[in-house]
Amino acid sequence: MFQPTIVVVGNGMVGYKFCEKLLTRSSHFNVIVFGEEPRIAYDRVHLSEYFNGKTASDLSLSTSSWYTDNNIELHLNDPVQEINRSEKTIHSLKGLTIKYDYLVLATGSSAFVPDIPGVEKEGVFVYRSIDDLELIKTYATNAKVGAVMGGGLLGLEAAKALIDLGVEETHVIEFAPRLMPRQIDSTGSGMLLSKLKNLGLNIHLNKNTAAFVGDHKIEALKFNDDTSLPIDMMVISAGIRPRDELAKLAGLHTGTRGGIIVNEKMQTSDEHIFAIGECALYEGMIYGLVAPGYEMADVVASYLTGHEKGFYGYDMSTKLKLIGVDVASFGDAFITEPDCRTIIFEDTHKGIYKRINISNNGKYLLGGILIGDADAYNMLLQTVNNKITLPPNPEDLILGSRGTEDSEGTGVISLPDDALICSCEAVSKSAICSAVNDGACSIDDIKKCTKAGTGCGGCVPLVKDLIAGTMKKNGQYVKNVICEHFEYSRQELFDLVKINKVKNYDLVLDHFGKGDGCEICKPAVASILSSLWNDVIVKQDTIQDSNDRYLANIQKGGTYSVVPRIPGGEITPDKLIIIGQVAKKYGLYTKITGGQRIDMFGAHLNDLPEIWKELIDAGFESGHAYGKALRTVKSCVGSTWCRFGLHDSVSFAIEIEERYKGIRAPHKIKGGVSGCIRECAEAQSKDFGIIATEKGWNLYVCGNGGSKPQHAQLLATDIDSTTCIKYIDRFLMFYIKTADPLTRTATWLNKMEGGMSYLKNVVINDSLGIAEKLDEEMQQLVNTYHCEWKEVIGSPNLRKRFAHFINAPEEKDPSIKFEAMREQVKAQW
Amino acid sequence: METVTDIEWILACYTDDVPENGGVCVKHGNEQIALYNFSRRGEWYATQNLCPHKQQMALSRGMIGSTGDDCNPKVACPFHKKTFSLLTGECLTDEDYQIKTYPVKVDNERVYIGII
Ligand code: SRM
Ligand SMILES: Cc1cc2nc3c(=O)[nH]c(=O)nc-3n(C[C@H](O)[C@H](O)[C@H](O)COP(=O)(O)OP(=O)(O)OC[C@H]3O[C@@H](n4cnc5c(N)ncnc54)[C@H](O)[C@@H]3O)c2cc1C
Ligand code: SF4
Ligand code: FES
Repeated sequence: MFQPTIVVVGNGMVGYKFCEKLLTRSSHFNVIVFGEEPRIAYDRVHLSEYFNGKTASDLSLSTSSWYTDNNIELHLNDPVQEINRSEKTIHSLKGLTIKYDYLVLATGSSAFVPDIPGVEKEGVFVYRSIDDLELIKTYATNAKVGAVMGGGLLGLEAAKALIDLGVEETHVIEFAPRLMPRQIDSTGSGMLLSKLKNLGLNIHLNKNTAAFVGDHKIEALKFNDDTSLPIDMMVISAGIRPRDELAKLAGLHTGTRGGIIVNEKMQTSDEHIFAIGECALYEGMIYGLVAPGYEMADVVASYLTGHEKGFYGYDMSTKLKLIGVDVASFGDAFITEPDCRTIIFEDTHKGIYKRINISNNGKYLLGGILIGDADAYNMLLQTVNNKITLPPNPEDLILGSRGTEDSEGTGVISLPDDALICSCEAVSKSAICSAVNDGACSIDDIKKCTKAGTGCGGCVPLVKDLIAGTMKKNGQYVKNVICEHFEYSRQELFDLVKINKVKNYDLVLDHFGKGDGCEICKPAVASILSSLWNDVIVKQDTIQDSNDRYLANIQKGGTYSVVPRIPGGEITPDKLIIIGQVAKKYGLYTKITGGQRIDMFGAHLNDLPEIWKELIDAGFESGHAYGKALRTVKSCVGSTWCRFGLHDSVSFAIEIEERYKGIRAPHKIKGGVSGCIRECAEAQSKDFGIIATEKGWNLYVCGNGGSKPQHAQLLATDIDSTTCIKYIDRFLMFYIKTADPLTRTATWLNKMEGGMSYLKNVVINDSLGIAEKLDEEMQQLVNTYHCEWKEVIGSPNLRKRFAHFINAPEEKDPSIKFEAMREQVKAQW
Repeated sequence: METVTDIEWILACYTDDVPENGGVCVKHGNEQIALYNFSRRGEWYATQNLCPHKQQMALSRGMIGSTGDDCNPKVACPFHKKTFSLLTGECLTDEDYQIKTYPVKVDNERVYIGII
C-alpha cells in the first residue's frame, strides 16, 4: 500500500504534537522528523523550571523509544537547509536528501535581538532553549548584577529566573512606559510594578538602550538619556521573530514582519507545504502560545487524514507563571466604555487589581485583567469563552458573593458540555465528565485517560472541581481521602483512632487501612497519634517525616539544623554565650531567623545528640523547628520599654509559647503578640495574633505568610488574658481535630463552610457544644509536654539512631563538604 | 532458576540494628548502601544510598511503604519525596531515574548484603 511521506521540519512543542495527533488518527504515513536542537522535543513553556531543579529529561515531552516504537524516523541536530519544491525534496545540514509528499514546517520562532551596538559581547543571552539556559546558568555563577531587556511576559519570567539563580541584583529595562503592555492596562501595570519591586526586581520604564558597553564582555548598559547602568550579564527578551528563513528561501509567501503565510487549513502558498506553530502567520497574526499551536497541529493532522477542520483564530488569554505574583488577562482585556461596561476592584493595600469588562446589556463577560489574585481566572475565562449568562450581580465574579446566599449557577458544573477545559490538549467538559462517569476519580486518572492537565497545568484546579462536581451529582460520596492506603479523611481517621484508642501506626493500618503505608499516610497518622496521645514521637521514628525522625531539619548536602526554643524572642546574655560556644565547637553556621530566634546550620547527624546535650544542660529546650507544631510566638518589646506599649506583650508571648510548645498539629503554627496597634510583632500574619488594646487584647486568627499571604481575621475584641487563652485553646484544638494534613489555619478557614462567622460561633458561642471538650483536650496536651531532645539524650537506645553508618557509627558522612563564607561555613553542594 | 554470579556477601549488621519498617546506611569501602528492614512484610531490601534526583546521600533516611494493588514496595527520598521501587530500583514518580538494588540475606540475626 502506498504510504505518503510526511517530513516535519522542527521538533519543538508543536512539531511533536503534530506527530502525536497524526498517529492517533492513522499509521499509514511514513513520518520523518528533522530537529535542529540536539534533544527531542521538550516543554518550552516550563523552561524556567530548569532553574528550579527540573532536568532536561524532566522537561522532555517524549522518549526516543516513542519515536522508534511508532516508526518515526528522527534526525536530531540536523537542521533542514533547503527545500526544492519542484523536486519535492529537502536537504539537511548533514547531507540527507529526502523526498516528501507533504512537508510540515514547525520551525517555531527565535528571540528577537535588536540591532544595538555591542550586542555580540560576551555575557549577552537570549531565553529560548535549554542550551540558552545552560549558558545563562554557568555565566550567572560569577555575576552579581543582571538585567533583562523587555518587560513583557517572557522578560519578567526571565527576570524571576535570574533572581532564582542567585544573581544579587536584577534589573528589568522596558522601552514602553509600562510592563506587559500587550496583556494588561496601565493601572494593572502599576500594581504589578509595585508587587515585582517587593520581589526584589529593579524596574526601569521608558528606557531606551543605546549601547552595550564593555571590553569584550558586557560591563554596562548605556541609555539614550545618557544615563548608564553597570551590569555583569544581560538577557534579551524583546519579542520573538518567526523562523521563516527556510520558507523564504523556497519562495513561499511570508509576511512583511516575518511569518509564513497560511490559510485556515494551515497550507502555505504551496498546497503540499503546511506551517504550524509560532512560525505560521494567519490573518496577519503570529500566535505565540502553545495552545493555538496545538490546534494548528490538529488542523493539519485532520486534513491529511481526510477530516475537514479549520483554524479560525484562537483565544490569547494568559496567566503569568511568576511565583508570588498572580497576573492574568483574558478575552478582550482592553475594550473600554462606551463599548462595554467596566467593573474595577482595586486594593492598593493588598496589591490587588481586578477588572472585568461586560457587555452593555449586562449579559456577557467580554474579558478582563487580574493582578495580585488570579484564582478566578479559569472560571472567568470559561465564562467568556462559553458566553455564559452573567449573574445579576456580576461584581460577585471578582469580589465573591458577599452576605447573601451563594449564587450557584456560576460553578463549573453549570458550564456547557462543549466548554473547553484544557486548551492545551483540547479536552472538553463533557470528555472529562464522561471519564469520571466511567470510573476515573482522581486527577491522575483523568490525566491518563483524557490528557487534560498535562500541558501547561493551568486547568488542573478546574478539572479537580469538575471531578468532585460530577461525582457529587452522581450521588457518589466525594471524600478527601488521605492516600491509597486509607479511605478516610484526616478528620474521620482522627475520630476513629481516638474512639478505638489505637496508639501505633501498624495497628491503625491493620484496623482502618490496607497495604503497607507510604510517605503520605505515615506522617499524617503520626501527627494524629501525637495530637491525641502526645507520646514521644521518636518511639515511632520510621513513620515520621525525616525532619521529625531526626528532630532536626535536613538541609542541603545532608546536614541538619539546630534551633533551640527562645520563647517570645527573649534571651539572656548567658544563653547567647552558650549558643555561641556550641556553634563554635561544632563548626555550625549561625543566623538570626525570621522567627526571633537563632538557627545553627551544618550539624552532622552524629553530632546532634552531643550538641543538644550541651544546650539542654544550659537550660535550653527543643524549638520544634522540625515539627508540624508550634514554632514561635513573636513578640514586640511592649509596655516594659516601648513608650506606646499598652500591655506587657513579651510576658504574654512567653506565657503563650510555653503553653503550646511541643503540640503537634496538621501543619506548623505560629503566633504573635503586639503591645499596641502599631503591630511591630506582625501578629496579623500569624495563625493566631494578639494585639493589646486599651481594655485588653484583640485576638486575630488564621493569618499566614508564605507564598500566599493572608491577614488574620478578628475573632474577639477587648478580652482579658484568661479569655484570650481559652479562645486560642479551643481554636487550636478545633483546627487540630478537623483540618486536612498539611493545611495551615488560613487554608483551613478558607475551605470552611460559613467561614469566620462559623468559627466564631464554635469558639465563642459553643454552637457545636464541644467547647468544654476542646478545653479539656488542650489542657491534656499542655500537661503532657516533654522536650523530645531531652528524651533522646537520656536514652542510649534512641541515641544510637543518630549515626550515619550503622557499621561505622563514629564515622561521619564523607560526602559532606563545607566551604568558607563571610567568616562562617556553608555546605558545598 | 538460579543464575550463578559472583556475589560477595558482606556482613552489614545485626537485625536489631535496623529500626522496624525503616532503614540504615551501611558503609562498604567508599560505597554507601541503604538497608531497609520491611518488618511489616518480613522482608529486607538494599539500594544505593544516593538519591539520583539531587545527589543527596539520603535514601536510608527515607520512609518505606507500598503502592498499587500488588503492594509494590518502595522508598521515598526525604528531600523531595521522589519514590523508588525497592524491587527494581526504578523511579515511580519520575521515569528517568534508576537506582541500584542489592540482594539481602539474613542468617542467624546477621544481615548480609550481596555485592554484585
Ligand atoms: C530559618 C528560617 C528562615 C530564616 O533564616 O529566618 C526558615 C527556614 C525554613 N522555612 Fe520558613 N523559616 C523561617 C521563618 C519563616 C516565616 C517568618 C515567620 O515565622 O515569622 C515564614 C512566613 C510565616 C508563615 O509561616 O506564615 C515562613 C514560611 C515558610 C513556609 C511557607 C508556609 C506556608 O504556609 O506557605 C515553609 C514551607 C512549609 O512549611 O511547607 C517554610 C519552610 C522552611 C524550611 C523548614 C524549609 C525546609 O524544609 O528546609 C526552612 C528550614 C530551616 C532550618 O533548617 O532550620 N517556611 N518561614 C525562619 C525560621 C523561623 C524560626 O525561628 O523557626
Ligand atoms: C521561556 C518561555 C516561556 C513560555 N511560556 C509560555 C506560556 O506560559 N504559555 C504558552 O502558551 N506559551 C509559552 N511560551 C511559548 C511556547 O513555548 C511556544 O508557543 C511553543 O514552544 C511554540 O512551539 P513551536 O513548535 O511552534 O516552536 P518551538 O517550540 O520553538 O520549536 C521549533 C523547533 O524547530 C527547530 N527548527 C527551526 N528551524 C529548523 C530547521 N530548519 N530544521 C530543523 N529544525 C528547525 C527549532 O530549533 C526548535 O527546536 C513560552 C516560551 C518561552 C521561551
Ligand atoms: S528559608 Fe524559607 S524562604 Fe528562605 S529559602 Fe528556605 S524555605 Fe525559602
Ligand atoms: S534529592 Fe532525593 S528526591 Fe530530591
